[in-house]
Amino acid sequence: MVRRTVGAYVLMLLGVLCLTTLIVLAAGAPPFAAFYHLFEGSLGSWTKFAQVLTRWIPLTLCSCGLVLSFRIGLWNIGVEGQVVAGAISATAILRMSAEAGFPGISLVLVFLGGMLGGGVWAIIAGLLKTKGGVNEIFGGLGLNFVAQGITLWLIFGPWRRPGVASMSGTEIFPSSLWLPTIASLRLSPIGLVLTVVALIAVAWILTRTRLGLAFKGIGNSPKAAYIHGLKPGRYMLYAMGMAGACAGLAGTFQVTGVYHRLIPSISSNYGYLALLVVMLANYNVSWIPVIALFFVCLSVGSIQLPMMLQLDSSLSGIVQGALVLGILFLHAWRKRTQERNS
Amino acid sequence: MITLQDIHKHYGAVRANDGISMEIAEGSIHGILGENGAGKSTLMKVLAGFVRKTSGTIRLDGRAADYKGPGKATQLGIGMLYQDPLDFPSLSVLENFMMGRSRGVSSNKGSHRHQLEDLAGSFGFRLDPDTPVRKLTVGERQQLEIVRLMALGVDVLILDEPTTGISSHQRQVLLTALRKLASRKKTILFVSHKLDDVEAVCNRVTVLRQGRVTGEMDKPLETSRLLGWMFGSTPESHPRSEVEPGDNILTMKEVSSPGGRTGLIDCTVTVRQGEVVGLAGLEGSGQDVFLRLAAGLIKPEKGMIRVDKDVMTGRDHHAFRECGATFLPAARLEEGLIPGLTITEHFALQAGRGVLVPWEQSRESAAEGIDRFRVVGTPPSPVESLSGGNQQRLLLALMPRDPILLLLEHPTRGLDVESAQWVWQQLIGYTATGSSIVFSSAELEEILQVASRILVFYNGVVVKDTQTRDTNLAEIGKAIAGKV
Repeated sequence: MVRRTVGAYVLMLLGVLCLTTLIVLAAGAPPFAAFYHLFEGSLGSWTKFAQVLTRWIPLTLCSCGLVLSFRIGLWNIGVEGQVVAGAISATAILRMSAEAGFPGISLVLVFLGGMLGGGVWAIIAGLLKTKGGVNEIFGGLGLNFVAQGITLWLIFGPWRRPGVASMSGTEIFPSSLWLPTIASLRLSPIGLVLTVVALIAVAWILTRTRLGLAFKGIGNSPKAAYIHGLKPGRYMLYAMGMAGACAGLAGTFQVTGVYHRLIPSISSNYGYLALLVVMLANYNVSWIPVIALFFVCLSVGSIQLPMMLQLDSSLSGIVQGALVLGILFLHAWRKRTQERNS
Repeated sequence: MITLQDIHKHYGAVRANDGISMEIAEGSIHGILGENGAGKSTLMKVLAGFVRKTSGTIRLDGRAADYKGPGKATQLGIGMLYQDPLDFPSLSVLENFMMGRSRGVSSNKGSHRHQLEDLAGSFGFRLDPDTPVRKLTVGERQQLEIVRLMALGVDVLILDEPTTGISSHQRQVLLTALRKLASRKKTILFVSHKLDDVEAVCNRVTVLRQGRVTGEMDKPLETSRLLGWMFGSTPESHPRSEVEPGDNILTMKEVSSPGGRTGLIDCTVTVRQGEVVGLAGLEGSGQDVFLRLAAGLIKPEKGMIRVDKDVMTGRDHHAFRECGATFLPAARLEEGLIPGLTITEHFALQAGRGVLVPWEQSRESAAEGIDRFRVVGTPPSPVESLSGGNQQRLLLALMPRDPILLLLEHPTRGLDVESAQWVWQQLIGYTATGSSIVFSSAELEEILQVASRILVFYNGVVVKDTQTRDTNLAEIGKAIAGKV
C-alpha cells in the first residue's frame, strides 16, 4: 500500500517533468540545459545561494503562519495583504525612529510593529468571517486590494520621495536602520534565526499545546468541537491573528532586510506562493522549509533563463503550479480510493 | 393493482424489511401502520425506487417491474411524497411545478400555469403560482407536490407521514383530496403511526412491526387489534432504579420552539434529581427539540427554561454545559465525535486547562475509558475507524464522571442487546448519586424497561406524562398513536 503511494508520487513528478520539458521544447530551447541553468542559477555559488536564502526567509515565514490558519480550516487568501500591512507598519516605525535615532531598540520595535500590523490585518478578515459571515477568501482578497491601495497612496502621497514621487518606492532608510548582514553575501543572519524559530514555534504549537489541538478539532468539525466546549469563532480569530503576525514578520523583513524602503510590490507575491508551499507540504510543518527552498531555487534559477537560453523566467511558475496541481490531484484520488475501499 | 412478494431490504445485518408480502388494490387508500423501526419508510422507498431492494418481486398489474431510481418509478406511474418535501425553496410555485417537465427551448409557462391552477382548484388547494416556495407552509408544499405528481401522470401516490407538522385545517383539506384521488381510480398508500388519520381515510390497513407484516384489516378498523399488531405484547418488566426523586433539576415552562417538522409546542415539564425520563413517540415528534432546548443548543421562541436554580433561557450551549447539562448527540460523526482526531485527542480536549496538552494523562484517561466501556480500539485509533457501536461506547466513555443532567439522543443506537443492557447499568448507577437522565429512544421496549418516567410526544406536544410503574405498553402505544 505504501509502495503504491510512493509509486503514485514518482509518477506524478515524472508527469510534471514531462510537461515542463514539452513546454521548453515548444519554446525552442534544449530541456537539459534549461534544467541545468535552473539549478546552477540558484546553487551555483555562495552569492547565488545567499540570494536563495534571502527569498526563502519571507516565504517560509508566511508558510508558518498559513499552516495555522489552514489547520483550523480557513483559506487565508488574505496573507498577501497581511505581508503588506506588516511592511507598512514596519516602515512607519522606521521613519519615526529615523528622526529619533535609536537603531538597536528600534529594530526590535520594528519587528513587533510588523507582527502587530499583519496580525491586525488578518483579524479584520477574521472578524468579517466570524461576525459578518463573509467568506474569508472574499474578505481576504478584498483586504489585499485595500492594502495594496494604501501602499500606493503612501508611496505617492505622505511618504513620497522629496522632489519626484516614484514607483521605486519611498526614500531609502539610513544604513543604521538596515538589518545587519554578512558582508559580501547580503544575507541577514537575524532573518535566518527568526525563520527557524518560527518553524519550531509553529510545530510546537500544533503538536503540544491546547491551542493547536483546538485548531485541529475545529478545523475537522466545527459543530462537534462546539459540543465539546470549544468556541470556533474565538479560535478562528486566534489562528488568523497568528497567521497575520507571521506574514507581518515577512513583510517587515522585506522592508528592513531586502529593500530598505517601502516599494509597491513589497510582498513580492510571497503570500500567494506560501499558499502553494503549504498545500504541497500537505500542511506538514517539517516539509515546509524543504519545499520552500525548492520553490525559491526555481524562482532564483529561472532568472538565468532569459540570459542563457532566451526563455522567459516564468517557467519556474509553471513548474510550481504543475507540482501543486499534481499533488492536489493525487490527494483527491487517494481519498476517493480510500472511500471506495472502506 | 400492486403486488409485493417477499420484499427484503437488508442494511448489513439489519433487516429493515424481512419478507413483506401484500396486495394493494387499485383505487383504494391503503394504510401502512407501524411504530419506529417497523420498516414502513424503507418499504415505501423501495416501492418508489429511491432504494434498491435486496430481494423480492414487485408486480404492477401482474407484470414484474424492476426499476432503478425515482425517475423510472415516476415513468411507471409511482410517485412519493417524502416526509421532508424535496422541492426548491428559492424558486416559485410555478417553477417547481414545471421542474423536469419542460421540453425544448421555450418553457411554455402559460399552459403550465393553467394546468397548475386547474389541478390545484380541483382539489381545493390554494396555491399562488408566483410565490417562492420557501414562503409556503409545510402543508402547502405538500399540496404543491401532490399537484406536481398528478401532472406527471402518477397513478400510485405514496405519502410518508403526511399529517406531521401541518395544521388541522390543512389536514382536512389533505384527507378530502385523498378521497377525491381515490374516486378517480388513483391508488394511495398512506404511511402513518397515527391511528386517527388511518381510521379516517383508509379502506384497508397493513401493520408492520420490526420488518414484518403482523396483521391486515379492512374497514371498519378495530383500534385495540391494530395496537396489538403495532406494539406486540407487553415485555417482562425488569427491576429498574427506584431512587426517590430529589430537587428540580430541569424546568421547562410553556416552552415553544420550531425545529424538525413539528417543533415543540407549549411544553411544561419538570425533571427531578435521580429520575430517568424516557421520551417516547414517533421519531421527529419533538423529542429531539426537547433535548436540544434542554442542552441550550436551540433557543426557545417562547417560555422559560431553568437548570437547577439558574434561569437559562436564551443562553448558549456552553453556559448550559457549565451548569451541568451534558448532551450526547445521535449523529455520532457529525456532532458527537471529531473525525480525524484520535481517541486520546478526544480525551485531551477535556483534560483541564493550561497551555500544554497533558498527553500522558490523556492517554491514560483514554485507556481507562476504553477499558470501562469496552471500546474495541486503542488510544491512537482515529475515531472514524471505529464501528458505529464502538463510537457510541466512546461517546458514553467521554461523558463526565459526575454528571448532573444527562441528555441522551438514542444512547444505545447501534449496540446489541447485551451491550445496551450493560450501558444502562452504568448509566443508572449515576442516578444513585443524584444524576438525572433524559433520553430519547426509538425502541419503546427500552424505554419501558429502563425509564422511571415516560413522556409521550405526539405532533410536537407532550400528550402523556406518567410514572412507568403506573402505566403499560398498551397505554403508551395508544398515546403514541394519538389516542390519549
